[in-house]
Amino acid sequence: MPLSSVQASSPARLRLPEWASPAFLVGGVVVLFWLVATLFPTWLAPYDPLKLAGRRLQAPNASYLLGTDALGRDVLSRTIHGAQHSLPIALLVVVSAVVIGSAAGAISGYRGGIIGAAIMRLVDITLSFPPILLAMAVAASLGPGLGNAAIAMVVVWWPVYARLMRAQVLEVREREHVEAAVAAGAGHFRILTKHILPLCWTPILISATMDLGQVILLAASLSFIGLGATPPTPEWGAMISDGATFFYSWWIAFGPGMAILTAVLGFNFIGDGLRDYFDPRSSK
Amino acid sequence: MSVADAKGPASASEPLLRIRDLKVGFSSHGKTLPAVRGLDVELSKGEVLGIVGESGSGKSLGMLASLGLQARNAVVSGSVVFKGQELIGRPRRDMRALRGSEISMIFQDPLSSLNPVMTVGDQIREALLLHTKSMTKAQATARVLELLQLVAIPQPDRRINQYPHEFSGGMRQRVMIAMAIANNPELLVADEPTTALDVTVQAQIMRMLRDLKEKLGLALILITHDLGVVAGHADRVAVIYAGLVIEEAEVRELFANPRHPYTRGLIASIPKLTASKDKLYSIPGAPPMLGALPEGCAFHPRCSFAQDVCRKVAPATIELGRHRASCHFAETLPPWGESARAAQSEEPAHG
Repeated sequence: MPLSSVQASSPARLRLPEWASPAFLVGGVVVLFWLVATLFPTWLAPYDPLKLAGRRLQAPNASYLLGTDALGRDVLSRTIHGAQHSLPIALLVVVSAVVIGSAAGAISGYRGGIIGAAIMRLVDITLSFPPILLAMAVAASLGPGLGNAAIAMVVVWWPVYARLMRAQVLEVREREHVEAAVAAGAGHFRILTKHILPLCWTPILISATMDLGQVILLAASLSFIGLGATPPTPEWGAMISDGATFFYSWWIAFGPGMAILTAVLGFNFIGDGLRDYFDPRSSK
Repeated sequence: MSVADAKGPASASEPLLRIRDLKVGFSSHGKTLPAVRGLDVELSKGEVLGIVGESGSGKSLGMLASLGLQARNAVVSGSVVFKGQELIGRPRRDMRALRGSEISMIFQDPLSSLNPVMTVGDQIREALLLHTKSMTKAQATARVLELLQLVAIPQPDRRINQYPHEFSGGMRQRVMIAMAIANNPELLVADEPTTALDVTVQAQIMRMLRDLKEKLGLALILITHDLGVVAGHADRVAVIYAGLVIEEAEVRELFANPRHPYTRGLIASIPKLTASKDKLYSIPGAPPMLGALPEGCAFHPRCSFAQDVCRKVAPATIELGRHRASCHFAETLPPWGESARAAQSEEPAHG
């Protein structure tokens, strides 16, 4: 029978749960690695990231896997410790942006009218600047430091979620169960929080996951041009900036560069996986 | 007619709901488009009123507007008196307290009318707690189980924790009804409650609504385009065309002796299982556009009885006992019987 032959053709294949697409798994492993590096950097790093570990500007070798930088610090250890600065900042920025943006978008979509239009014009204005430029301007006016860079990035990032949330709310608002809730005598706050918002989170969640990677990149960019982390913090962007002055000692920038690449890719893969899982139209 | 005589004078004195000259319009590009042009209906305690009309005739809109559920750009005027209180122009907060407690609604599509991410129990509980703040969670849960039993949902203690997608269409509509009667309303407005259901489930739901009406003593407004549902379950029927009640009568009187050509057309349009015709009868033409109502009687372009007067003068409402119709010829239309019905059905549909 054709049916049984189809079933028989794939018994050897590993049975994975539906959400565990290859992209999601790869991203998960990478992100898990950086998570461990964030929480327990000393488990992974062979040296102290701030102390002299050996002769300066050594190329990668057996005892210094990624070489040493201009001050003789171990690049591998600094890269691993760098996760402690990049990941929590990225998380903080994305969570703040999601909270602020979703609230603004939800109010704009639900209320409409002048307030709604005003919020959306503010969003338009913010989004009309190139993100890096606006973040630079805000960070520069606040002064250097990772905290100020984080504020600058929230300013740049919240409008994305405001737009997403508004679009969702506009659609869900017109559904009949919302009308039924109104007919049952529910107030605006209850309708928004219990009958509309719970149906709006999927795209926000997917977008937020992918944005974690983008924010890591933006944070590194700000640090690279001196508006983020201050020395001697082992922040990835700042480390690449250090490496740029010693152009022929390529390994100084290679470590943090790979870190940014893998972290960004990892979060993007997870975001892709989530989207494929939640949105039936986008999957095979 | 016998139904009317049985409770005639008592119900006529103090109606539960009286809608007078209710108008709903939509502002669009500086013009106001009239969707409901002066609705007049009355409803007594424990009565079932069927409101019949085509899509877009204003039947749902009028009822929604009288509960303050109109769209944001709608303009509402007229008078809606419920238990002696005027509802039009009341503050939103008061209306909110009224909706779901004294007046409830059930909607056409039970799947989309339930919140997909809340359990059925939570949703009914919410309906309860919204209006009875003093109720504890345990009390509410007990009441939810009682309500689910009342609407004949088997295994309520298991069903209470399930989500709407785990229920069939008929079961979902039962849940909607349970929510609607949770606070012992006096008036239940059912907006096409059975349109999305198949015929056997329709009959079950309608029978249940009737039983609940008897048990709880609630009045029911049945908005529908299904004349069969109205004939079987309503005490009185109001027929709406282009935003006006064009005929209203006891249900048997209406079907036996319709006095408006539109009502006659509707009745003639009911397909008969025994008819052997290839082509079904339909009223010629289409309902008028909101912005372009014809002069005179709104129905005249589609009416086979139309005279010059119909094209110029809007007809007044003619009262024939407890039967009223808005037609210049309400009293002089030929008698309606099986032969007249057949004759009307024979006319070629020139639509």
